[in-house]
Amino acid sequence: MPLIRTPNIPDPDGFYEALIDSQRLLDDTQAEAMNARLILILANHIGDRAVLDEALRLARDSQRPDEGAQGC
Amino acid sequence: MHATYRYPEYAWRRSPEQDGRTARHPVVIVGAGPIGLTAALDCARRGIPSVVLDDNNTVSVGSRAVCYAKRPLEILDRLGCGARLVDKGVRWNVGKVFFRDDLVYAFDLLPQPHHKMPAMINLQQYYLEETLVDACVDSGLVDLRWKHKVVGLRQDDTGVVLRVDTPDGPFALQADWVIACDGANSDVRSMVGAQFTGKYFQDRFLIADVVMKAEFPAERWFWFDPPFHRGQSVLLHKECDNVWRIDFQLGWDADPEVERQPERVIPRIRAMLGDAVDFDLEWVSIYQFACRRIDRFRYGRVLFAGDAAHQVSPFGARGANTGIQDVDNLVWKLELVLDGAAPVALLDSYDAERSVAADDNLLNSTRSTDFITPKNRASRRFRDAVLALAAHAPFARPLINSGRLSTPTPYRDSALNTPDAEPFDGDMRPGTNCVDAPVVRAGQPGWLLEAIGDGFTVLVFGPAPDGCDGAPPACGAVRARVLVVGRDLVDAQGVLAQRYDARPGTTYLIRPDQHVAARWRSFDRAAVETALRRCLAA
Repeated sequence: MPLIRTPNIPDPDGFYEALIDSQRLLDDTQAEAMNARLILILANHIGDRAVLDEALRLARDSQRPDEGAQGC
Repeated sequence: MHATYRYPEYAWRRSPEQDGRTARHPVVIVGAGPIGLTAALDCARRGIPSVVLDDNNTVSVGSRAVCYAKRPLEILDRLGCGARLVDKGVRWNVGKVFFRDDLVYAFDLLPQPHHKMPAMINLQQYYLEETLVDACVDSGLVDLRWKHKVVGLRQDDTGVVLRVDTPDGPFALQADWVIACDGANSDVRSMVGAQFTGKYFQDRFLIADVVMKAEFPAERWFWFDPPFHRGQSVLLHKECDNVWRIDFQLGWDADPEVERQPERVIPRIRAMLGDAVDFDLEWVSIYQFACRRIDRFRYGRVLFAGDAAHQVSPFGARGANTGIQDVDNLVWKLELVLDGAAPVALLDSYDAERSVAADDNLLNSTRSTDFITPKNRASRRFRDAVLALAAHAPFARPLINSGRLSTPTPYRDSALNTPDAEPFDGDMRPGTNCVDAPVVRAGQPGWLLEAIGDGFTVLVFGPAPDGCDGAPPACGAVRARVLVVGRDLVDAQGVLAQRYDARPGTTYLIRPDQHVAARWRSFDRAAVETALRRCLAA
């Protein structure tokens, strides 16, 4: 099964709220650490290497040219 | 400094060539480390006299290569050293991984039952070398020449001339073939103009042998970011004689000269062990890891093996273990070429097969090093995320990479293999090393690997089919010995048939290095001889 690129989350606003809420009390470092764990958890759930590789490509290729320009 | 081990000093002697007695040696081996000595012993086993040159006159200083895996132990057992090494070594099966203060994961090598050799032992490299030196001397076919340093090499189609320096000055030594086992900084490699490329890791490690009476079990303990060594990793291994091996990751900025000083090392160990443990520091070394390999394992009449051919990071114990397997692959081929029983082209399969193994080791070693030494902030985040999740979610545990322990790399695509024409289950595909199994021979319990020995073997699962007796299958001067299961050896427990997915008539052609060359569901002499020819590159 290819990577799903069409809307697949039944309640987009509700999910987005839950995502933001889950990190509301975290500082940037904690949020980064949590995001790393979240990626691993979701990747394991998907499991299919072809789908994961496609997701990696989509994430990388959708980088905006001005990303990272603010420095950190 | 060494309280637990007395280093032998091997006598230097003038070479006969220095007194005008020149000879042409079939095999000259450069380097009396574990790989060179194993090569000499395998040559002796096959009746080939060899000369071994080493620029030193003792064994490895410090524990260095400390973990030996099942397949190399099987090879050393074939060469008559297995029992002594296994008796002296420390067996272990459990590995634990700690992250900060917590145990996050424990693995058990869960050694399969019904193998002669254990999954893994720890043993200081000097014990291995001393055992091999003794066995070389006992063989009567190995001419060990200490304090002999190779300083020059030239070769043509007919042979090699080495220029060798000694305390009594230089001389020339003639060889049909040279096996270069002179380590990661191989001079011979430079002399033939070989490339040795790969990557250096921007990290340094302190490696210490510590003598202590400690209650730690014989397990492999690996810490990421422990409280006693913040931000870095630490590895603890038990060796024999109450010696413990501790590796501290130091980071790239560490100054090797400063860090090797006892006044720097001892507080690090004290912080780890606490104040209650008495210990003595026996040996210290600072390493920078590299993952590199030679471009070709064969340069004319010079064959490279061990670290001279490939260098890996120590995590995973892939250095000496794979070097011993290089030798296992090489020496039978060299024997057949020396005898004129196989074309020189057979030696090109050494390069092909061991290149695949080297690449596999380099890949695993590089992946481990990338996990242990993250290259940037993002990869450290993922590394720490894996470790944090491992305590809570089983899925994260296989992602932890504190070293993937050495296992043999099968030669799946080797030109020497005859591909299966009939369906088989299980792992014993052509190109794979034969897995051991208990058998009964002449009424005595024994092992398959002892029974197949070190020549070509046709293993036929009985009852003995028509045509398997009489003259053995042959290709020119090379003959394959037929062993019938149920007659020449008995599969009393059924393990052999199960591991080889065997039915009556199932036939395996096994190489002298105990790898499967071909297999069939019935014995067919013509098919065996065709496969044998293919296996000789003839």
